[in-house]
Amino acid sequence: MRRFQGSGLRVYAVLYLAFLYAPIALLPIFAFNNATVIAFPLQGFTTEWFGQMVQNAALRQALLNSLIIAVSASVLATCLGIFAARASTRFRFPGRGPIMGLIMLPLVLPEIIVAMSLLVVLLAAGLSLSILTVILGHTLICMPYAIAILSTAFSSLDRSLEEAAYDLGETKWSAFRLVILPLVMPGIISALLMSFTISLDEFIIAFFLAGNQPTLPTYIFSQLRFPKSIPMIMALGTVLVVMSIALVTLAEYFRRRGVARTGQTDSGGFL
Amino acid sequence: MAAGNSTEAGQGLRLIAPPLLYAILLLAVPLLTILAFSFFKDGYLTIVREFTVENYVATWTDPIFRTILLRSLWVAGLVTLFTVALSFPVAYFLSFVVASERKAMWIFLITIPFWTSYLIRVFLWKVILGYNGVINSGLKSVGLIEQPLQFLLYNTGSIVLTLSHSYAPFAILPIYVALEKIDRALLEAGRDLGESRLMTFWRVTLPLAMPGVVAAVLIVFIPTIGDYVTPTVIGGGKIPMVANMIQAQMLDIDNKPLGSAIAISSMAVVAALSMVFLWLNRRFLRVRA
Amino acid sequence: MTAPQTIPQGRSGTPPRPSLADRRPMIECRGVQKYFGDYHALRGIDLTIREGEFFSLLGPSGCGKTTLLRTIAGFEDIGSGVVLVDGKDMANVPANVRPTNMVFQSYAIFPHLTVAENVGFGLRRDPRSRAEKAAAVEEALEMVGLRGYGKRAAHALSGGQRQRVALARALILKPKVLLLDEPLSALDRKMREQMQVELIKLQRQVGITFVLVTHDQEEALVMSDRIAVMFEGQIAQLDGPEALYARPASRRVADFIGVMNFMPARILGETAEHVTVAVPGFGTVEIPARNVSRADPGDPGPSIGFRPEAATLLAANAEATGRVNGGVIDEVVYYGDMTYYDVIMDGSDAYDGIPHEVRISMRNVFGREVPDVGTRVRVSWSPGSLVLFR
Repeated sequence: MRRFQGSGLRVYAVLYLAFLYAPIALLPIFAFNNATVIAFPLQGFTTEWFGQMVQNAALRQALLNSLIIAVSASVLATCLGIFAARASTRFRFPGRGPIMGLIMLPLVLPEIIVAMSLLVVLLAAGLSLSILTVILGHTLICMPYAIAILSTAFSSLDRSLEEAAYDLGETKWSAFRLVILPLVMPGIISALLMSFTISLDEFIIAFFLAGNQPTLPTYIFSQLRFPKSIPMIMALGTVLVVMSIALVTLAEYFRRRGVARTGQTDSGGFL
Repeated sequence: MAAGNSTEAGQGLRLIAPPLLYAILLLAVPLLTILAFSFFKDGYLTIVREFTVENYVATWTDPIFRTILLRSLWVAGLVTLFTVALSFPVAYFLSFVVASERKAMWIFLITIPFWTSYLIRVFLWKVILGYNGVINSGLKSVGLIEQPLQFLLYNTGSIVLTLSHSYAPFAILPIYVALEKIDRALLEAGRDLGESRLMTFWRVTLPLAMPGVVAAVLIVFIPTIGDYVTPTVIGGGKIPMVANMIQAQMLDIDNKPLGSAIAISSMAVVAALSMVFLWLNRRFLRVRA
Repeated sequence: MTAPQTIPQGRSGTPPRPSLADRRPMIECRGVQKYFGDYHALRGIDLTIREGEFFSLLGPSGCGKTTLLRTIAGFEDIGSGVVLVDGKDMANVPANVRPTNMVFQSYAIFPHLTVAENVGFGLRRDPRSRAEKAAAVEEALEMVGLRGYGKRAAHALSGGQRQRVALARALILKPKVLLLDEPLSALDRKMREQMQVELIKLQRQVGITFVLVTHDQEEALVMSDRIAVMFEGQIAQLDGPEALYARPASRRVADFIGVMNFMPARILGETAEHVTVAVPGFGTVEIPARNVSRADPGDPGPSIGFRPEAATLLAANAEATGRVNGGVIDEVVYYGDMTYYDVIMDGSDAYDGIPHEVRISMRNVFGREVPDVGTRVRVSWSPGSLVLFR
């Protein structure tokens, strides 16, 4: 009875996974399909679209912009996230709930609201829209994710580890450097990779705050209108998805290593 | 080291200061600014700093706003219903059937699509559902249809489908977490006290999983109602939702006060609905507890 | 002993080890108060712990024993009062420069380091050469019976091994005081008993002052030279194990340490040498003055207490030593090596109309029959083993 029920659910779960992955699976299929329209039946194998992609100068510029933004935003978000995660897991202070609520708010706030309100203020402050303004916005939305990952890393630490290091003659700072930092390092790397991935894929904020600077997603969006660009976009999408999956897998690897290092049992993935 | 309470609070506040300052400057100030803007008058290319509720009057008397808001609520409601209802069995499977050492892998598999480009996933649905898309060309090539099906794209249904696909992991994870917290002995107790498997689920598992369901509902409903990309790409601009209207007012028409009023109004509606939902749920839970 | 009168000290007059009183004080607490917000965690602690002493802070959870230990270690600031370590005032001396080291309840073994790196953690600022430090680490590991474990990963150790690493890590710094926060509570019973003996041996070997925090009265009795029993942020009694067990200062202490029978008593008279009381089922008893303790505020009235092993059941034809009273066995609890008998003494209901049971423990002797419920027995006891709480 139990087994039967389990197997029914298993079939359902596998179908559900198939539904989740089906659209993504189309990317490589059509990226290598030798046809200018995305339609069945398939027309044969080609790498032409990848070639087009590599030679596209506008795309290269967009990629460069995206990389600059993603690196800056992920480093900024992770640094700020370390402060917040450490503060919220180690110390009790007045207003902790509301303060963390505000910092984590972008998780549930529709991005259009974040983008529009930021746009209004940045323009009013006299900043011209550029890569920099996108970095500011991306840092804001990556920070909650970084904090979520870092908080698990920090909160799994036994507080007496730090006290032990202090008791054995280290200063507060060297205790942090010698004990806490190595133990949360996998979490920090994981947070960096996650933030990088989010920033690289983010569209709305980049669309409204980048001025005339393209990023990869806004470049893709601009090309969607032109049917002849679609095969190349499929190729680009393939590359992006592969990159995202590689980065997330790497991040998961580091997260698990962190769990193993502190000698706990794994309780599951992100979020 | 952990000295008195005051110094602990001091240390905590000093640490939280940088991220807090950042959130205040780039989140709280902007949100308060559009709140302020919504009470200002719109001059041509400028904003007249005079208090007025005209923008709200204009917003709420505008039939287009009401239509779009209702449509957004309807779409978000459907998406929430579908994702949560379809996700629950998956979360249940993860929590109760999957062996504990393989749970992390399953969760990882479920979350991966979420980390791939949202824009590309939305665009792929357009490719799938389009006039010359994957479904139509596929059906034609196997001879099931002569002419492409036109009802696939550019309608509310396709928007709901696309959004449901995007937000699936958001619904699974909170429900899974809630189910994981349930003491397995409670379920055995339910069975031991003479309830059938189904009734045990109804009287024990489901009530205990409600906090996760509530979180799932809010975490899907709130972002979907403000979604911009899907109505733009899948709706082809013909079926705007609130986000598109805000963007149009703010940028294309450049009436920032009215745009702000629309944004604030929509957020207020969402917040109010969430409150009502939470309140209903608390009542529901109290009755069952 | 300079503690004020409010804390009952051992009335025996003879400290457990004669040399102890002559040694210099290693830790002195004077009027130590500590608040956590509104919570009064330490309510005026006065105590002196001497050099080379194995000292225990014993009490139920929440009594302030761990807070006191952390105060000595320097992890908690004190509200008022003075803490001296080896004669030096520890105010404004942070934990990392105090001559104390701590073994944490969770052991706090650094999971990312090897055993040797853990043990040598505190030697980072030590000017000695790398080879000398490695030798010191090896020596410390040998001392705790972990020779050759240096290269092991710390997170792969068993509970008992972690405990030893934590000890080696603290002792390698040759502290003046080793502070142990419930170090055995995470171990299973067998391992705990083994570690108790090892800790005693280790303490004798290194001669360092040990201060142990525990909620386990047996552990404290087994290991300590002296024990401070704490309730609600105050020291209720400070004494050697024998004195603490035989002559608890209050009913509460008596109840916390071991098993004690309580019987209502009526005071008949009092001289300098003894107090005369009437105890239902036991008759009129003269309690020696040194066995008179105070009652707690919640006690119903004067009562006498005696330990289960302070009385014996006499075989039918045995000669009585001391006083003898009759009774009926009401319950038998068999433990293998010993048996508890709950006996209703004849006339025990005379005082308040309720028949009072006393619990008497007897070592089981091979071949001797365990009497059954309902058997009439003679109970032999001596007035010197009774304690009066008044």
